[in-house]
Amino acid sequence: MPEVLLSTRQLSLTLGRERVLRDVELDVHRGRTLAILGANGAGKSLLLRVLHGLIEPDTGVVSVHGKPLDHTARARQAMVFQRPVMLRRSVQQNLDFAIRTRGIQRSRRKSGIAAALTLARLDHKRHQPARSLSGGEQQRLALARAQVAEPELLFLDEATSSLDPASTAAFEDMLGTTVAKGTTVVLVTHDRHQAARLADDIAFLHEGRVAEQGPAATLLDQPQGPELTDWLEGRLQPVSTHGADASERSTP
Amino acid sequence: MSSVAAPSASGPLQAAFKLIATADPDLIEIVTLSLKVSLSAVLFACLIGLPLGAVIGSLRFPGRALLNLILNALMGLPPVTVGLLVYLMISASGPLGIFQLLYTPAAMILAQTILITPIVAALTRDVVAAMHEEYREEFDSLLLSPIQRAIALLRDARYRLVTVALAGFGRAIAEVGAVIIVGGNINHVTRVMTTTIALETSRGNLELALALGAILLSLALVINASLMGVARIGVRTGA
Ligand SMILES: Nc1ncnc2c1ncn2[C@@H]1O[C@H](COP(=O)(O)OP(=O)(O)OP(=O)(O)O)[C@@H](O)[C@H]1O
Ligand SMILES: [Mg+2]
Repeated sequence: MPEVLLSTRQLSLTLGRERVLRDVELDVHRGRTLAILGANGAGKSLLLRVLHGLIEPDTGVVSVHGKPLDHTARARQAMVFQRPVMLRRSVQQNLDFAIRTRGIQRSRRKSGIAAALTLARLDHKRHQPARSLSGGEQQRLALARAQVAEPELLFLDEATSSLDPASTAAFEDMLGTTVAKGTTVVLVTHDRHQAARLADDIAFLHEGRVAEQGPAATLLDQPQGPELTDWLEGRLQPVSTHGADASERSTP
Repeated sequence: MSSVAAPSASGPLQAAFKLIATADPDLIEIVTLSLKVSLSAVLFACLIGLPLGAVIGSLRFPGRALLNLILNALMGLPPVTVGLLVYLMISASGPLGIFQLLYTPAAMILAQTILITPIVAALTRDVVAAMHEEYREEFDSLLLSPIQRAIALLRDARYRLVTVALAGFGRAIAEVGAVIIVGGNINHVTRVMTTTIALETSRGNLELALALGAILLSLALVINASLMGVARIGVRTGA
């Protein structure tokens, strides 16, 4: 196994009265794409936010290269949100903003933006307002913007869930290029086939807990626990608050 | 003859339109000064109010709630109160007395700036705060500093901020209480549209008052048309 880039120990998060993350223990290995799977409401988006330093966990730590997640480490991460928000500017200006705020030297910005435009196949739309792009184009721009400063770690939250197969393929193509440049990817997906295509490792989240984790090749074909089995077969019910409360109460 | 019995009300109205149509020099002078004073006030109010509003709208800091409270209260300042305060400041015995600003256009600009800066700041704050809510996570992810946020938000809110400035201008150009106190409504020196209308109407000199009233009304229409136009551009460009 390559070195551990990011890991969490004993990660817990309570929002309101709900424990949304429970004792999450996760390892992200450099160069190995990790897919986080789980039902709606399992806590996937919240977990990504915690890993990216946007939310402080109640207990536990996120460490990068063995040290607690700090400003320097966060500056080398990027994220594509479940609903990316484009600036009210042109495509090119969106990329320029991302690369400038990442502190990339002026001399390297121009080539970085040009490469990102080509990667996203948005060269011909560079002057168009970003918010007038189609959903698929916006998603490609979101990825282009996130990878423009060549982050060490990239988080993607259901980046293709609203895209058609062709747009999804284009997006995955882009992601492949990004991974080839040395970026480690952690992605959330509802699509087991996408997980199989993209991921080296899988973590399956159930009611805020990592129910299973391991190499994608074995886990998707031979799930160990009942939850992942149910999820893979489309039988797992979405998280219900009542269910979670009941299981809380039954534990003394 | 019927012309002898012509209703007297049509007299001033016709005379008013003649003043406008012939570009009467007095009329032009008054309109020009009005625009100069109020546009200058908007400029200064924006220089102060835009950054202030952006900071309050995008930053959390101790005392922010109090500042908001004060800002909201200042938004409703009666122009005569502002006029009185500025009068006390710039009159010969006031702290700014040495500058001899009383009854000058500069005093009127100062008063209108004080009047509309809270409006510009508060409206900017609301626009920026709403947009920051939308951008917050992306900005958090990019680890933007407070200054970077404020600048980016001001830039992205540009179309809405034009409407904020226009709202400030509308308030300034229509205001009479502050400029009449600090300007004194001196002929050829500090007469603006609103103060002239007040004076000439009280004197029964309706032509000039009506002409200025018509121009003020057209200005209001132009401002509102611009607001709609700017909003439309904003929508078209996804802003
Ligand atoms: N601010 C909040 N306050 C209280 N509960 C919250 C908050 N944000 C999220 N939750 C709850 O935490 C749980 C996990 O949310 P999360 O968004 O991580 O789910 P998810 O796994 O990403 O689901 P989906 O697949 O639908 O995107 C949900 O039950 C949600 O209602
Ligand atoms: Mg989610």
